[in-house]
Formats: sequence, structure tokens, C-alpha cells
Amino acid sequence: MIGWFVRRLLQSVFVIVAMTVIVFVGVNVIGDPVAILIAPDADQAERLQVVQSLGLDRPLWEQYGRFLYGALQGDFGKSFVFGQPALQIILERMPATLELAFCAVFLAVVIGIPLGLYAGLRPRSILAKTVMAGSIFGFSLPSFWVGLLLIMVFGVQLGWLPSSGRGMTREFLGIHWSFLTLDGLTHLILPACNLALFKVSLVMRLVRAGVREVLPQEYVKFARAKGLTERRVIFVHVLKNIMIPVVTVIGLEFGSTIAFSVVTESIFAWPGMGKLIIDSINLLDRPMIVAYLILIVFLFVTINLVVDLLYTVLDPRVQHNGEG
Amino acid sequence: MSVLLDVRGLKTTFPVGAGQIKAVNDVSFTLGRGEVLGLVGESGSGKSVTGFSIMGLLEPPGRITGGQILFDGTDLTKLGQEEMRRLRGRRIAMIFQDPMMTLNPVLRIDTQMIEAVTAHRPVSKAEARALARDALGQVGIPSPEERLNAYPHQFSGGMRQRVAIAIALLNKPDLIVADEPTTALDVTIQAQILAEVQKLTAEQGTALIWITHDLSVVSRLADRIAVMYAGRIVEYGDVAEVIGKPHHHYTAGLIGSVPSRNRRGSRLAQIPGMTPSLLTLPDGCAFRTRCARADGDCAVMPELTGQGAHWHRCVHPNTQVLA
Ligand SMILES: Nc1ncnc2c1ncn2[C@@H]1O[C@H](COP(=O)(O)OP(=O)(O)O)[C@@H](O)[C@H]1O
Ligand code: SF4
Ligand SMILES: [Mg+2]
Repeated sequence: MIGWFVRRLLQSVFVIVAMTVIVFVGVNVIGDPVAILIAPDADQAERLQVVQSLGLDRPLWEQYGRFLYGALQGDFGKSFVFGQPALQIILERMPATLELAFCAVFLAVVIGIPLGLYAGLRPRSILAKTVMAGSIFGFSLPSFWVGLLLIMVFGVQLGWLPSSGRGMTREFLGIHWSFLTLDGLTHLILPACNLALFKVSLVMRLVRAGVREVLPQEYVKFARAKGLTERRVIFVHVLKNIMIPVVTVIGLEFGSTIAFSVVTESIFAWPGMGKLIIDSINLLDRPMIVAYLILIVFLFVTINLVVDLLYTVLDPRVQHNGEG
Repeated sequence: MSVLLDVRGLKTTFPVGAGQIKAVNDVSFTLGRGEVLGLVGESGSGKSVTGFSIMGLLEPPGRITGGQILFDGTDLTKLGQEEMRRLRGRRIAMIFQDPMMTLNPVLRIDTQMIEAVTAHRPVSKAEARALARDALGQVGIPSPEERLNAYPHQFSGGMRQRVAIAIALLNKPDLIVADEPTTALDVTIQAQILAEVQKLTAEQGTALIWITHDLSVVSRLADRIAVMYAGRIVEYGDVAEVIGKPHHHYTAGLIGSVPSRNRRGSRLAQIPGMTPSLLTLPDGCAFRTRCARADGDCAVMPELTGQGAHWHRCVHPNTQVLA
């Protein structure tokens, strides 16, 4: 188990390093960074000075070494736009995105799992059929369109919920959070629902499919033959067997929400990382883009690691003694 | 011996499309306390459905459409779900065919045993665990205390079936329905488990319905035999009677296909033809498409007839003495 974990950790490090190469090559080598950095009417001397100051006259491996050295210390350079260290700016925006992603995933779990269970246990019921049909909309309606609809209905027409910004925040552990104030919470609802719609549909269908698959298994019948209550049969014997795919999907959804909640954050003017990265791309703020990409890779690798660890808890047949 | 189980005219059907599959059709038998009944028949003859009907574990849309199952005087077909649940696992237990499939793969053995006790008795977890450990020891699992912490995949098939048997015995039930519990196992392990179950049920005075398609197994184990064909009992009686003097030609055919010491060297007789589909049964005796003695009389369903405790459903009973 320990051996497996160490190997898995090394694998993760390798993935991250490989990603830094790709990002480095992608951003620093392809395309001419100097062209972006200097004024179009700059002369040759000015140009040379910029090249030297950025170290672009050094061999490629040395440039990469410097980049990696900086990256290891969290230094991805200063944002062209903000003039501050790129990573710091991103990390400042991260709590907003984290809390939004967490709320969306939370909604997906507390709504998706019970609905999926119900739809799996009573596939012929009207509620199950309605919910299944509804999930098709959850999959296929474009996120921006649903977001606009939510704003139109709940923000504009009914005026029940705010639809822009984070609202009031409160500091906790030195970070500003919206969910700690009532105003902040009301600001969270619409964007979180917007993000959650797809996830609820996904989790629900996954759970439903799992229930349909596990229910006819002999061990479920045997559990009933022991005289267990239906509650115990469903919530222990059935549910524990379908948690593996559910945990995987929840983990990946959490990661992708953090990385790609761009649309929702833009629509609801949520000051998170997604909105930041779009702005940075528009302005070709390269240190920001690089720092962002590396951070996201780091995030996904970590989530995958956690999910793998959860497997060992959820499924005793997954054993990590020795094999990669 | 007092009657523990009295099944009367049991009918269990599965609606399919426009028709009805009569998986169990007018089945009757009785079982005394501590007695062993062998329920024999080819695959698809309705043995498992009979067992699940008694357990109240029929898969929808299957349901009991007629008859009674009197268990210790109570008609199980009339019980509500919760009353039935309290009976299951406590007074009637079941062992399934495939030990690889009956234990939940993601739950530890102790979890699966303790819950079987605490579902029925107000005992602490520690007490239930002690009971579980003793039960594992009883069925011959070495170092039961440690094995309680194992998961099913850490056991062999034979050991898993022992665990399932231990679970069935946990609450000292009056009746165990064993649905082909050794079919999936090696012959040697099969014999060990057979002997084990025989011993334990005899010790506890547990009645046993042993379902199998293998006559040789039942002949060693059972007091009584019921032979099923296409959802009906075609012959019923004491083991020695049925095996020695089978009246129904299907029973005679089954016995003829069992290798036996007395007839070593002679060719094994095969029952010709295949089990007919329950949706397209012939009128009258369902066996008549495969029976050498069949004639026009067989086109009317024969009544169960017989003398004493030996009954059969055949208009031209076999008179040959076998074995
Ligand atoms: N879930 C079900 N749905 C429809 N028909 C079933 C179902 N279970 C059993 N049957 C029918 O009942 C018949 C008897 O099945 P079963 O009792 O399992 O036979 P066996 O004697 O092999 O145990 C089968 O041939 C099948 O037609
Ligand atoms: S009733 Fe007729 S067909 Fe059926 S077993 Fe007897 S002789 Fe054969
Ligand atoms: Mg069967």
C-alpha cells in the first residue's frame, strides 16, 4: 500500500513535470513573446534589451531550467496586466471558484443521489420518468442559455435572487467567503444551480444505472433472505456497490468545474479564476496563462490521487500491494 | 413428528406479455420438524421458484396466485412484508446456488454476519460478533476470529459457501431452503459440505429443503423426495420408495441417468428430448412428448394418486423395480 502510494505520487510528479514542458514549449517557444512585449515601433536595440532581460538569448534547456526553477518556488513571473506575481493573483481568486464549484458538486450529490436511487428503485413511477426526461435537458441545454434564463426568471422577472457578483463576504482563515453571509449565499444560489444542472443529471443517471445493475444481483437477494430491512439493503448493500463510479465522476466534475466554470462565472460576473483566465487570454497575459494551466494540472492530478485512494476504501478488491 | 411446513396447492406465475408462465403449478408437500426433503428436477422445472415462494422473495412480476404455505400454522402467503421480513433469516433461512455471488463483495464478513443477527435480536454488536465467530467455527472455517475481518474475495468458493451456511444457521432457524448449494463446487468439497450441513441441521433439529437436479445427492441426504417436472410435482414419497420403485417415468428416467455401483459398465440411459417451454406445454401429462409409455390416456392431466406416503402423477405407472 505504502509502496503503491509512493509510486503513484512519483507518477503524479512526472505528469506535472511533463505538463510544464508542454506549457513551456507552447507558450514560450511557439510564437514570439517579444512581439507582444514591446511596442511595434521599438528599434533593434530596445528589442535586444528585452530579449536579454527575458533570457530569450539563452539556450532552450537553460530557459526551461529557469522557468522550472521559478515555478518550483511559485514564481511564474509577474502579470503583464496587474504587475503582481501571477500565481498570487490566481490564488486570490481561487476561493470564489472553489466555493462555487463545491456548492455545485454538493447540490449534485444531495439531489442527484436520492433522485437516482428513487428512479432506479421505482423505474416505472411517474416521478422517475419525469426526472429521467428532465435529465436529458440537463445534459443538452447549453450552460450559458440556462444561466441567462435563470437570470431572466429569478433575477429580473421575479426579482428573488441577485444575479451578479459574490455579494457580502466574510473572512475565515484569512480568506473571503460568500457562503458565510446570508447575502453571499443568495448570490451563490443562481450560479451554483447553473453549474449543478448538468452534474445533477449526470450523477442521477449514474446512480440509477448502478441501482438497476446491482438490484438483481444474488447478494442483494441474499441480504433480503437474511431478513434485513429494506432500508439496510438499499443504503448499505446496494449503495456501497455503486459508489465507485459516482465518486470518480464527482471528483472529475469538481476538477473540471474549477478549471472550466468560465461561462457561468462570466454570466454571473462571479469574480473567480474562470473569469480571470478568460480576461488573461484576451490580453495575452502569458504568466497568468502559464500559472493557471500548471495550477489546473496540479489540481487534476491531486483529485485523481484522492479518487484512487477512495477506491481502496470503497472496494476491498482494489488492492495496491506492489502493482503499479 | 409435528408438521412444520405444509404447502397446499401452491401456484406461482410470472406474467409475460399476454400469457402467464406457471412456474409452480399446484405444488403440495409437507415437512416435519427436522425432516429433510429433496426437491429434484431438471433445470427450469420450478424448484427455485418454489423456494423463493416460501421465502417471500419472488422477483416481480412473479407472484403467488393460489394455494397456501402453512409454516408452523401460519399462512405465509397472507403475511405482510414486515411480518415476512421478521421470519426470513430468523425462522426460515436460505442458501443460494452460487457462493461466488451470494456475499456482498464490498462488505466484510463480520458486517454481513452481524447484521443478520441484529436484524432480528436485540443483542449488542459484540455479542452478535461472538455468535458469528462461533458459527464460522461450526462450519469448519479455520481461525474464525481473523476470518471475520476478511472480505469475500479472500475466500475460495467452498469457503464462501460455508460462510453462507454459517449465516443461514446463525439464528437457529426451523427451516433452511438450500437451493443447489453444492452444484457450483468441486465433487470433494461438495461431499464435505453435504456432510457438514447434514450434521449441523440434525444437531439443531432444523428441517431442510434440499433443492438439486442430482438424484444421487438427495438419496444420501433426504428423508423424502419430491420430483418436479414443468412446475408440478410428478412423484413424491420416502426416499427408499421413490428411488427403489419409481412410478413416474420421468423419475425412472432420472434414476436411469445416474451412474451407480450396481449398474457399473452398463450404458447410462438418457431421457430423450428437452424440457418443454412452460408456455407451450402439451395437454395432459407434460412429460408425454418424451415418455416411451405415453398414449392417448396421457392427454388428460393425471391426478396425484398413490398409496400411503408414495404419490405419483402417471396413468401408466412404471412397475419395474430399479437399483
Ligand atoms: N424472474 C422470472 N421471470 C420470468 N420467468 C421466470 C422467472 N424466474 C423463473 N421463471 C420461470 O420459472 C421457471 C422455473 O424456474 P426455476 O424455478 O428457476 O427453475 P429451477 O428448477 O431450475 O430452479 C423457468 O423456466 C422460467 O420460465
Ligand atoms: S402419464 Fe403417460 S406420459 Fe406421463 S409419465 Fe405416465 S405414461 Fe408417461
Ligand atoms: Mg434453480
